Amino acid sequence: MKTVEKHIKEPLFHITRRTDMAPLKAWGIRFLAIVAALIVSSLIIVTITKYNPIEVYVKMIEGSFGSERKFFILLQNTAMLLCISLAVTPAFKMKFWNLGAEGQVLVGGLASAACMFYAGDSLPSGVLIVIMLITSVLSGIIWGVLPAVFKAIWRTNESLFTLMMNYVAIQLVAFFIMLWVPNGSSVMGVINQRTGAGWLPEIFGQKYAVNLIIVAAITVAMFIYLHFSKQGYEISVVGESENTARYVGINVKKVIIRTMVISGAICGLAGFLLVSGTNHTVSKELAGGMGFTAIMVSWLAKFEPVMMIFTSMFIVFLQRGAGEIAMALRLNESVSDILTGVIIFFIIGSEFFINYKINKRSKAKEAK
Amino acid sequence: MAVAAIELKNITKRFGNKVVANKNVNLSAYKGEILSLLGENGSGKTTLMNMISGIYYPDEGQIFINGEEVVIRSPKDAFKYKIGMIHQHFKLIDVFTAAQNIVLGLKEEGKFDIKSVTERVRAISEQYGFDLDLNKKIYEMSVSEKQTVEIIKVLYRGADILILDEPTAVLTPQETQKLFNVLRRMREDGKAIIIITHKLHEVLSLSDKVAVLRKGEYVGTVITADTDESELTEMMVGKKISLNINRSEPKNPVDRLEVRNLSCVNSEGVRTLDSISFTVRSGEILGVAGIAGSGQRELLESIAGLQPIESGEIIYHNPKTGSDDELRGKTPIQIRELGVRLSFVPEDRLGMGLVGNMDIIDNMMLRSYRRGRSMFLERKKPKDLAERIINDLEVVTPSAQTPVRKLSGGNVQKVLVGREIASSPTVLMAAYPVRGLDINSSYAIYNLLNQQKESGVAVIFVGEDLDVLIELCDRIMVISSGKVSGIVEGRGADKGEIGLMMTKVDGGASDENS
Repeated sequence: MKTVEKHIKEPLFHITRRTDMAPLKAWGIRFLAIVAALIVSSLIIVTITKYNPIEVYVKMIEGSFGSERKFFILLQNTAMLLCISLAVTPAFKMKFWNLGAEGQVLVGGLASAACMFYAGDSLPSGVLIVIMLITSVLSGIIWGVLPAVFKAIWRTNESLFTLMMNYVAIQLVAFFIMLWVPNGSSVMGVINQRTGAGWLPEIFGQKYAVNLIIVAAITVAMFIYLHFSKQGYEISVVGESENTARYVGINVKKVIIRTMVISGAICGLAGFLLVSGTNHTVSKELAGGMGFTAIMVSWLAKFEPVMMIFTSMFIVFLQRGAGEIAMALRLNESVSDILTGVIIFFIIGSEFFINYKINKRSKAKEAK
Repeated sequence: MAVAAIELKNITKRFGNKVVANKNVNLSAYKGEILSLLGENGSGKTTLMNMISGIYYPDEGQIFINGEEVVIRSPKDAFKYKIGMIHQHFKLIDVFTAAQNIVLGLKEEGKFDIKSVTERVRAISEQYGFDLDLNKKIYEMSVSEKQTVEIIKVLYRGADILILDEPTAVLTPQETQKLFNVLRRMREDGKAIIIITHKLHEVLSLSDKVAVLRKGEYVGTVITADTDESELTEMMVGKKISLNINRSEPKNPVDRLEVRNLSCVNSEGVRTLDSISFTVRSGEILGVAGIAGSGQRELLESIAGLQPIESGEIIYHNPKTGSDDELRGKTPIQIRELGVRLSFVPEDRLGMGLVGNMDIIDNMMLRSYRRGRSMFLERKKPKDLAERIINDLEVVTPSAQTPVRKLSGGNVQKVLVGREIASSPTVLMAAYPVRGLDINSSYAIYNLLNQQKESGVAVIFVGEDLDVLIELCDRIMVISSGKVSGIVEGRGADKGEIGLMMTKVDGGASDENS
């Protein structure tokens, strides 16, 4: 009998879910994660580049705060990332895995660009901008609602569907650029460079001010929508438990479709802002991966619009900082990517320790 | 005496600190013998078998195979000791063929040789009388065919000890007979077979011995030939215990809800309800007794408008208008709009009745948030309601803003029942409302149900503890396999009689031909 007992061994660790961590402690863990990330990054910096890590970090901060222009770029990029994050949030809250923000932004931008290209000379800029806004939002809605309809009625997989719609959008943009740029360079120059038709106006002497104001308004609206509207409440119920939603008589199909209309519309709007307010042109890289980064921003903020201001700014700060050290210290781009990767890895990793507890095998049992 | 093919000694398994799924269970199965493992739902049958097949690991006790003590830590170990388990929910890959599923996971030398596999499977099939097309894909198969694949799978692996978890639950009577013939042949071939069931007539017609579990404890093993239905029922349900639950006489009962010949078929084509007819009156509690999965959930969900109904009628006698309203085919919202005040406490509290991650206030709103034209939520009234329920029902919670999943089971249930009775229902349906609750919380719930009854509500109470049903309910409807096997008066009802009605195969009283 004793020989048998020897074989019986509990695993060294076992992991249990925890639900009761105090918010303050959770933030403590996140802070520690950043500190740990900075230490690990320092080691990498020293071993690879021989630079003083402090110097590198200072440069990183300068990337976002080094000059007024850099600061406004930080704000502008944050606004765009925030806008797309806000767009995916209601869908994700509903557990509808919308991986198609990239494509939804792209078709929105394409619609704006098309209006600028075809109607730039014939319509007054104000009217043009309104038309651009409407067509962009509509395009975003179409791209968002198609997978939703299929999901609601035929239970198709929305992740695959939205993902594939991205590629359709990319090809569509490529097609129109070929159509519009006859020289075959496949690069669309700035549209209406001379007239500025369809460009969002500068206000307060700032090129991006309109973008910032619009995104700020969407942030407030989304916060109110999710927390205080009946529709926002329905989104939460459907996301938490479809069974409960059915039980209280919520029309789940309707909620799925309605929510993706909103999600797609805001993505389309983001595309409009990128074309009309920022780039004044369109390319396949218009969304630049923000459709995916936005998912991370939204999750890290626990789907809280106000928190997303900080998470999106943090991500942009890292990206800008990485670019800055690559330039200023003549480092390979990869080094800065490694640093960004390490920091994000630690932050996401810390969520594991916030949500789970690791129990080590107790000594008493081991001794037996 | 021969050595047992498998013997369990003092097996104990706990989940967490509180729940004891199995306590000091002793069991032996011999070669050439069919052993039935009998017990109500939640009596620990499946947990026990999962320990033999390596899915769980026992906290205490020993397992012997052919007289030698063994340690079974994984399904692989179980396979090594020639133990094969056929689970209630099949573990097959839908897009593979029968043959592919049978050899899946086997590490045999050489390449996959479909011919030799076919040969061996044919030999097994002929030996035991199976009938199976090896090249058919799983998703094209009927439930019975899938089960055949599962059985051949374990035989192909050379199992000597077969465990079948409720194998007949999903089969038609003809398919059941076929399965039993196969099992008898296996017995002749010297296999040890353990079959988990709660159908008494099957136990009596098939097995050599019966082991009975009750609430995780081992009651005893009897030889089938020496026993009868009533002895087994008594072993299974135990002696009557007095609980002293209050029960008042119904005052002026009038028919409130009438269900006529209600039938339902689930998405897999299995009949879940079969011509159910009954009437609930105002001011009484109608108990629904039955083995879990006999159609209780489907019955309540059809009444609540959450289940498609195949045929039958659900008539609500509206006390206000005096009209008879048909509820069949209506959504929960349409039912409300008719003025039918139907409240429903579902079995799955946090998965259906409440949203675990929302606080008490937001859970109060689930029923009422639509009110008013504004597109914004109104949280004042739900907040007042939440606070009133916390006060009146003595819900232990830090605040009304606490997510309900953080509350204990009893408090979760108080929140749910509180919300459902807050809308002053005329019909209240409660499925297993005291499951998992401690004594005090249970009595609090009984009191709430009694108050509702006294204020003239028609209460439907689906329960599992027969002692509670007998003391609380005015009438008890017993269902078995989706049919009504009888409706008895709660006062003076006999536990053994109800137990027998629960385990009857065809629901009808005529079935005594086992």
